[in-house]
Amino acid sequence: MAREVAALSRQERLMRSLSRGPVNVAIIAICLLWMLPSAGLLVSSFRPRNDIATTGWWTAFKTPFEFTLANYEQVLTTQGMAQSFVNSLIISVPVTVFVVMVAAFAAYAFAWMELPGRDAIFLVVVGLIVVPIQLTLIPVLRMFSSAGMTGTFPAIWLAHTAYGLPFAVFLLRNFFIALPKDLLESAFLEGASHTRVFLRIVMPLSVPSLAALAIFQFLWVWNDLLVALVYLGGFRSVAPMTVTVSNLVSSFGSEWHLLTAAAFISMMLPLAVFFALQRYFVEGILAGAVKG
Amino acid sequence: MRPRLATIAWLYVLPAFVLLGVFLVYPVANTVYLSLFSGRDTSAFVGLDNYRYLLTHPETVIVLRNNLLWLVLFTAASVGLGLILAVLSNQVRYEAIAKAIIFVPMAVSFTAAAVIWRFMYIYRPPQFEQTGVLNAGMAALGFDPVPWITNTTLNNYALIAAGVWMWTGFALVVISAGLKGIPTEVLEAARVDGANEVQIFWRVILPMLRSVMLVVAVTLTINSLKVFDLVYVMTFGNYQTDVLANRMFKEMFTFGNFGRASAVAVVLLLAIVPLMLLNIRRFRREQ
Repeated sequence: MAREVAALSRQERLMRSLSRGPVNVAIIAICLLWMLPSAGLLVSSFRPRNDIATTGWWTAFKTPFEFTLANYEQVLTTQGMAQSFVNSLIISVPVTVFVVMVAAFAAYAFAWMELPGRDAIFLVVVGLIVVPIQLTLIPVLRMFSSAGMTGTFPAIWLAHTAYGLPFAVFLLRNFFIALPKDLLESAFLEGASHTRVFLRIVMPLSVPSLAALAIFQFLWVWNDLLVALVYLGGFRSVAPMTVTVSNLVSSFGSEWHLLTAAAFISMMLPLAVFFALQRYFVEGILAGAVKG
Repeated sequence: MRPRLATIAWLYVLPAFVLLGVFLVYPVANTVYLSLFSGRDTSAFVGLDNYRYLLTHPETVIVLRNNLLWLVLFTAASVGLGLILAVLSNQVRYEAIAKAIIFVPMAVSFTAAAVIWRFMYIYRPPQFEQTGVLNAGMAALGFDPVPWITNTTLNNYALIAAGVWMWTGFALVVISAGLKGIPTEVLEAARVDGANEVQIFWRVILPMLRSVMLVVAVTLTINSLKVFDLVYVMTFGNYQTDVLANRMFKEMFTFGNFGRASAVAVVLLLAIVPLMLLNIRRFRREQ
């Protein structure tokens, strides 16, 4: 019997190493294919305007090399991408902080406090996660208009915070409820208040979960186009980068030296966040998708 | 044992409830109501006229068809590719790097992805050198260049391909985690029983990944119904590529018809409600 198993695994090892060749080729080919579109954008953003307009980006590697930073200089200054970068930060950072704070309090209540109808209310929150924000645009836009808030940062902070809450509450509640019950119970027995338990035990233990949520929320808001288009109007002074890039596409659809540089500037921060914090990013996706 | 004060609990949930009530729950109800009226000021009651228009007008029927195309092709392609890549990458040592490469597009905005793919699809008349990757490929193979964005038989697929490029990484990461969750003893037992790798994939791995793949498929289906930015930036819904979310935007800001825009949004909600119920049921079962 033992010999049979050994023989099988030897045969299997042989089969695996034989099949590994095509598998390697397939994976490497797909990976190259996946990188090709972004590589084209990145290379092109450093090419002079005339070269981009008349030749493919892959010809850039023939001598003489001609690369330039002029495209970046132009979009950052005359096309307002520098201002938009700042606007994107002004929009995304406060929203991320608000969502994590508001959601953490609510999630703690859903996980550890007695609240009449708690589980039924939580089901409503779970349902709200997938409600398309399109359903809210017209009434909320009217509210902002009558309050004179369209085109202002507080308007978009409020809207984005609300839109981010269902998923955030859901995610954090699932993390909080998985904390060791004994630890919290003994704290209560020693007379600790909910506020104390929340701030001194639950929050410190949940730092990785909070980080995962914060990264998600930040990227969502940073990458959002629709909400910014609707509530900020066309005002260039408050436009985040997605809006500015989209405007550049509609006004200079074939000025690729501008579009490639602008798009890459808008991608830099998300890419940096992704590569630096990939672990939290993946953890958040799995928690949201699998446990949910 | 615990403080009995429910008041504290209410204080904890109050900020979330106020925000959700003002910016989600009330607006959704209001939008359903507004969909029965016409015009920018939504003052004239028209009953179900807006819905009749959406379901019968040739222009909006195309919108519905396109969302259906997105739903089927985007979801099937992303889940299928994600599954294949999860199984393949599981067998190599550089799995983490391969997964990261496929996953990176998830981090950037649809807006940036739209620029990237418009750039891939650049079309220039045949007498010029092609600067878009796809048409350069066509030229290298001896074919005429194709106007991917404006050709009405191909452009929807071209847009969907961009969506698949962005979201396959999501399917891959989640399915791959499911794959790691299958105990190796189960696979070894199947091998000892004489199953080959193909049989193991179809008879053991796939059935065990069923629930994970369902989760991925539901998420991607919801995304396919809500798709907006890619279409808005790549075509603005022109050349017969319009989808519900972009149509709503147009009804609001181009045509100023808030009643009809509300009806579009409600159709979107109705399409998503079954998926929402599926999610809620799954959540209750897991509790």
